[in-house]
Amino acid sequence: MILPALFFYLFAGVCVASAFMVIASRNPVHSVLFLILTFVNASGLFMLLGAEFLAMILIVVYVGAVAVLFLFVVMMLDVDFVELRQGFLNYLPVGALVGIVVLIELMLVLGGAVISPGAAKSIVTPIPQDISNTGALGLVLYTRYIYFFQAAGLILLVAMIGAIVLTLHHRPSAKRQSIPAQNARNTANSIEVRKVASGEGLQP
Amino acid sequence: MTETFQFAALAPVLPEISLAVGAMVLLMFGAVMKDRALNFVSVMSILLLLAVGYWVSTMPSDKAAMGGSFISDDFGRFMKVLTLTGSAFAILLARGFLTAPGRVLFEFPILIVLATTGMMIMISAGDLIALYLGLELMSLSLYVVAAIDRENVRSTEAGLKYFVLGALSSGMLLYGASLVYGFTGTVNFAGIAKEATHGGVGLTIGLVFVLAGLCFKVSAVPFHMWTPDVYEGAPTPVTAFFAAAPKVAAMALFVRVALTAFPTIAPQWQQIIVFVSIASMVLGAFAAIGQTNIKRLMGYSSIGHMGFALVGLASGTADGVQGVLVYMAIYMTMTLGTFACILAMRREGGSVETISDLAGLSRTNPALAFFLAMLMFSLAGIPPLAGFFAKLYVFLAAIKAGMFTLSVIGVLASVVGAYYYLRIVKVMYFDEPAQAFAPMRGELKLVLAISGLLVLLFFIYPSPLVNAAAVAAKSLF
Amino acid sequence: MDELWTTYLWPLIVMVAQSVLMLVVLLIAIAYILYADRKIWAAVQLRRGPNVVGPWGLLQSFADLLKFVLKEPTIPAGANKGVFLLAPFVTCVLALAAWAVIPVSAGWLIADINVGVLYIFAISSLMVYGVIMAGWASNSKYPFLAALRSAAQMVSYEVSIGFVIITVLLCVGSLNLTEVVEAQDGKYGMFGWYWLPLFPMFVIFFVSALAETNRPPFDLVEAESELVAGFMVEYGSTPYMMFMLGEYVAIATMCAMGTILFLGGWLPPFQVAPFTWVPGIVWFLLKLLFIFFMFALVKAFVPRYRYDQLMRLGWKVFLPASLAMVVIVAGVLQYANLAPK
Repeated sequence: MILPALFFYLFAGVCVASAFMVIASRNPVHSVLFLILTFVNASGLFMLLGAEFLAMILIVVYVGAVAVLFLFVVMMLDVDFVELRQGFLNYLPVGALVGIVVLIELMLVLGGAVISPGAAKSIVTPIPQDISNTGALGLVLYTRYIYFFQAAGLILLVAMIGAIVLTLHHRPSAKRQSIPAQNARNTANSIEVRKVASGEGLQP
Repeated sequence: MTETFQFAALAPVLPEISLAVGAMVLLMFGAVMKDRALNFVSVMSILLLLAVGYWVSTMPSDKAAMGGSFISDDFGRFMKVLTLTGSAFAILLARGFLTAPGRVLFEFPILIVLATTGMMIMISAGDLIALYLGLELMSLSLYVVAAIDRENVRSTEAGLKYFVLGALSSGMLLYGASLVYGFTGTVNFAGIAKEATHGGVGLTIGLVFVLAGLCFKVSAVPFHMWTPDVYEGAPTPVTAFFAAAPKVAAMALFVRVALTAFPTIAPQWQQIIVFVSIASMVLGAFAAIGQTNIKRLMGYSSIGHMGFALVGLASGTADGVQGVLVYMAIYMTMTLGTFACILAMRREGGSVETISDLAGLSRTNPALAFFLAMLMFSLAGIPPLAGFFAKLYVFLAAIKAGMFTLSVIGVLASVVGAYYYLRIVKVMYFDEPAQAFAPMRGELKLVLAISGLLVLLFFIYPSPLVNAAAVAAKSLF
Repeated sequence: MDELWTTYLWPLIVMVAQSVLMLVVLLIAIAYILYADRKIWAAVQLRRGPNVVGPWGLLQSFADLLKFVLKEPTIPAGANKGVFLLAPFVTCVLALAAWAVIPVSAGWLIADINVGVLYIFAISSLMVYGVIMAGWASNSKYPFLAALRSAAQMVSYEVSIGFVIITVLLCVGSLNLTEVVEAQDGKYGMFGWYWLPLFPMFVIFFVSALAETNRPPFDLVEAESELVAGFMVEYGSTPYMMFMLGEYVAIATMCAMGTILFLGGWLPPFQVAPFTWVPGIVWFLLKLLFIFFMFALVKAFVPRYRYDQLMRLGWKVFLPASLAMVVIVAGVLQYANLAPK
């Protein structure tokens, strides 16, 4: 039992530390790299819980795709962070106030943590013991939770439409490559052999 | 233990599915046909929305489906019909905007249909997950629609502002939802209601965050900051849409969460709603006075009206909910009519938006001036127009529930608010005429006529709406 | 004390020993895969290739290793030092980590995890970080361009590889790599392996694997005619060697992945006498080398794609095709009642 606990504290510790570094580091690229470290450690925590599918999907989706695009954008930005932080002191009192309020609330929550006695009973889907975690997830995802699954799909569809509507510009001046047109070319429709009379040249 | 999936289980959700599938088919059609698709797509979207609206109104109301995540009761059906109609009219109003030269946006009607799907999911939400998914589906479409005039800096600014603040509010909502889940052990509204009494302070904080997220969506004070800017920046037909259907859906969700998830801790949320309601009414009344831009003014006006509608919810009774329903129906009718008028404010150089442009409208276009004046009187709540009855029902419910202070502040706020509505009437009837507007488009005339007549003649035959609202309100208790 | 030994220390020692063995074998294999790559390329161009160090040049890779290790590492003055040095480590370590779950023969693997396919997929999607970090940290134009290119390229082709994996998983019904291989063990021998029933997906997988590992004709990340050496411009000596090592290990991983998903892993082509005598690892290696041979031939034959062509192929050809195949395969499995229970 020592080993899982040890790993838990390792993952959790690195996770929290790197999450702190995300906001503390001066270089935005470093921030994103620390964010990635946070994700990887969170995935390790999932692994400890036995949620292997979630752990892997977290890496594939968040680290492998989302964070790459994030890094892509951050690398291209030329943000002067010293300048960005100049307003920091002005907002500090307000920000600190909000932070303190949230902290007090959290302490209230933890202090008065009375989890409803019925809470444990109302768990809808008990974790099945005889099949793998991934299989168990699949069995409820497409049956009981089909409604949520499809609704989430619709949200992604809207995101896709939105990205296209807001960014795709059809500039008439842009030249586009047409692969079918290129493939359809052959000698018959692209080369013409003409007799050129000597001394006269070719009249267009 | 293996659960199976049956198509029969989908029956109550069929209207939502048809909307989503319809949107996808139209999207494919638009993607293939490109520019030529616009007319067909918008007409088909309107027909689809109206057809689904009719279908929903005739559906039987069995309680829950999809494992309790989807509730189709009378309340839901009433609100769904309202939002579907509102969205259909919003697409109709946008016809002039969409066909403007150099702008072909067949995606606009499709996004509205998808947003409406999200609203229906919200209205029928039976648990926190459905609530969030519906809300995001709606909001994401709205962010895109707000920025859809992407060459226009103010439109993109409106979209971005709405997106950033909307994401913040979604974050608060999620934080609250996770606290609620943590302290009750379930996401289901009925389950939360059962466990809520033991929840303690943690649950209350969760409740506050959930309500804060919802307040943002209905643009109630103190989460109203986005409203005037987005109303002003977004293209006018988009503003018309924002002011109608999404407000109705968000208000429906508000009522549903308060009354089905937290009925057992009613005193806690009633305090919050009383505060929010008073703040909204007061701010809506005072902040609108200095406005010169009519869209911005409508933004503040909508904040105020949401405050009035929340008065009904604050009472927490069936009468109160009936009041909210009647209020939202009438408010939507008035808003769509008003925006038809605002869309008609066009001269050769494009559309104009300041109140002074309306000067002397009674002489250049008496019919438009008359209808707009009627709508303004109605928004101000002057009898015998529909707006008066809307306020009457919510205040009566509040008085019945013993909330005298709230009602008195509400009446005072509505008196102050009447000032800026009447100022518009004064500008139209007593100022020197400005240059005349371009002729009004046919569909604007249609929308204005429908809305104007409904508002004007509501007092003759109010029973269909009032009775339907009463039946719908009963289904929540 | 006894319990500590049996439950913690002994399994740890076994695991370390297995890992070291795997690592050593893998690295030696990589040395000869590199050699094979150069020889094949040379043969296509009617050259001799490496033939000086050792008999037939067999020790060439080891000579290169010595050279890189003994040279002085340089770090550009404007570089972001930490990230600059981290990048080759990331590439190398991730590439090697993937081999923890690859079964080279029945039961011959370090960790038999339930989500082996996803694990490899996750690792291969992380490989892009080596390139991006190197490109950014070098603080130089060409590496930066390479980093941007690779970010877009690898994300694009991951999508189609993901769908390819999904189709195979639909047929298998498990994400465990051992079970993927066992599911291909039928009465038809090599014709029952998934390369035949899922042939279009095999092609898509092969081409996407080329793009995912930055092999020619998709080596836009290094494109020496445009970007000098892409993200590796500023690197030399050991860090450079680690990039090369990581790259070739990743290629070997992709070949192993193709072997497992489509060519029946360690299974013999036919379940009859002479074939079944040969140990599984030999079949596995033969198949892996066959796929690598195709990788090498493509490098020699096909000219480099232009960037927009690469994107078009990924998004407009492979994505719809693989998506359609997922639907078709799922439909066939469902209605022909072939779906794994």
